[in-house]
Amino acid sequence: MAQKTIAGVNLEVTDEGYIVDSSQWTEEIAKEIAKEEGIELNDKHFEVIKFIRDNVDAGLTIRKIGKSGIVDIKGFYDLFPGGPLKVSTKIAGIKKPASCI
Amino acid sequence: MKKILILGAGTGGTIMANKLRKSLDREDWDITIVDKHKTHYYQPGFLFIPFGIYNKHDVIKPKANFIPAGVNIIYSDVDKIVGEENKVLLEGGKILNYDFLIVATGTRVDPTETPGLKDELWYKEIFDFYTVDGAVALRDFFETWKGGRLVMSIAELPFKCPVAPLEFVFLADEYFTKAGIRDKVDITYVTPLPGAFTKPIATKMLGNLLKEKNITVIPDFYLESVDNKEKKIKSYDGQEIPFDVLTIVPVNKGDDMIERSGMGDDLNFIPTDKHTLRSEKYENVFVLGDASNIPTSKAGSVVHFAAEVLFDNMMCAIKGRELRAKFDGHANCYIETGFGKGSLIDFNYETEPLPGTYPLPGVGPFGLLQNTKMNHYGKVIFRWIYWHMLLKGKELPIENEMSMAGKKKS
Repeated sequence: MAQKTIAGVNLEVTDEGYIVDSSQWTEEIAKEIAKEEGIELNDKHFEVIKFIRDNVDAGLTIRKIGKSGIVDIKGFYDLFPGGPLKVSTKIAGIKKPASCI
Repeated sequence: MKKILILGAGTGGTIMANKLRKSLDREDWDITIVDKHKTHYYQPGFLFIPFGIYNKHDVIKPKANFIPAGVNIIYSDVDKIVGEENKVLLEGGKILNYDFLIVATGTRVDPTETPGLKDELWYKEIFDFYTVDGAVALRDFFETWKGGRLVMSIAELPFKCPVAPLEFVFLADEYFTKAGIRDKVDITYVTPLPGAFTKPIATKMLGNLLKEKNITVIPDFYLESVDNKEKKIKSYDGQEIPFDVLTIVPVNKGDDMIERSGMGDDLNFIPTDKHTLRSEKYENVFVLGDASNIPTSKAGSVVHFAAEVLFDNMMCAIKGRELRAKFDGHANCYIETGFGKGSLIDFNYETEPLPGTYPLPGVGPFGLLQNTKMNHYGKVIFRWIYWHMLLKGKELPIENEMSMAGKKKS
C-alpha cells in the first residue's frame, strides 16, 4: 500500500495504483487517473464508469460490460485501450477485478 | 414424506446423493436425482486422450453404478425450476416437488459463442478437449500431424479446470519431443489473463516452466473471432495470431435450464452465497460446484470440498437451524507438467497458491508448486480414488478446509 495525492486528495492506493477506499472517489480523481493512462474522459467514458461502480458487487467481466447497452466489447476496448477492465476499474476507483482461477 | 431433489448426477450431485442417503432415514426422506445423461465422465481424464495416454473407455462408466440404493434416479432433461412453487418441471411435462433442491448441473463449453469457432475447420484443424468427441478427434489429428503452429487459446473466463490448458501444452511438448518433431512444432499459449495464471507466485513458477519448455505465452488476448480462411484468431483490440492447428477452451456457460428458470447471470451461473452455498434467490435451494458463481476454480476438488460444507448446511436447514458451515473456496489441483512429472497447487478465497509440502508439513509426499515425479503419481492414482472413494462420499485423508501447515509465505 502507498499514499498518493490525486486531484488534491490524499488517498491510499494499492501497489498497482488502485484506490483502496472507493467512497473517496470523485470525477476529478477519475480524470486525473485517466490522464496518467493517456485517456481524456468524455461522457461515454463516464457512462461506462457509472455502470462499473453500480455493478461492482455483482462481479465484472468484459462480457458483462459488452452487454450493458452502453458500449459493445469493441467499443469498450476503444474507450480504454490495452486491458479495458484493468484500466476502467482503476479510473472508476474500485478494486482490481480478480479472476477466479 | 419430505423430498430432496438433486439436479445433475455429475461429481457434486453423486457425492451428495451418497452422503444424504447414508444420513437420512428412508421413512422420512425421499431423495431423487435427475440427469439427462446415463454416462458419468471422469473429466480430468479428457486431457490425456489427445496424447494417447487414456482412451475413451478409461473415462466413462454408467452413472447408475454410483447412485446408492434408495435414491430414485430419473434420466430426463429439465425444463425449468419454479422456485416460488418449490417444483421442477421435466421435459415432457412431469412435475417434481421438493422441500430442498440442490442444483449441481455444472458448466459446459459453448463454441457457438465465438464467431467462426464452430465452422468449417471444427474437428478438422480446430479442436476442444473438454468433450470426449473433441479429445478423440484431436488424438486422431495428432497421430498423423507433421508439425506447424499449435495455438492453445482460452476464449473466456471463468472456465472449468483452469490448469488444464497449461497441462495440455506441457503434455504436447513431451508428445512431440517423443515423436521426434518438437523442432517442427511451434507451441503458443494464448490467454485473456495477464500471465500464465492469476496469482503472482504460481504465475512465476508456471511462467518459468513454460519458458523452459520453449512455449510462447501471449497474455491479455481476449478472443473475438476465428478466421477459418486465413487460419487466424483475432482479439477485440485487433491482435491476430496465425495457427495450423487451434486447440480451444470455448466459452463456458451454465446449463440452459438455468436461463429458462431465470436464475442465472450473463453466463447462466447461479448467484450463490460463497460461504453457505445457498442460492441468493431461494432459501431452500442450494448450489454445488461449477453451476454456481462462487469466486473459486470450477473443478472437481472444489466440488468435493464444498460438498462437505453443503452436507453440514443441509443438515442445519432440514432442522430449521441457522447454516453454520462456511466454505473457504478450497481448491487443490495437480498440474501435469510432462515427462512423468507434476506440480500441485492448494489455495482458497483468501490465500494464493504457495510453495511447500502437502498434505503433511515438511513431509509431503506431494510438493506444492514444485515439479516432482511424486506429484505426477498423485494425479495418476487420483483416477482410482475418484471412481472408488470420492463419488461414493467416502472420507479421504485430507482436510476439507485449506490449511496453512506446510505452506511457505515467502
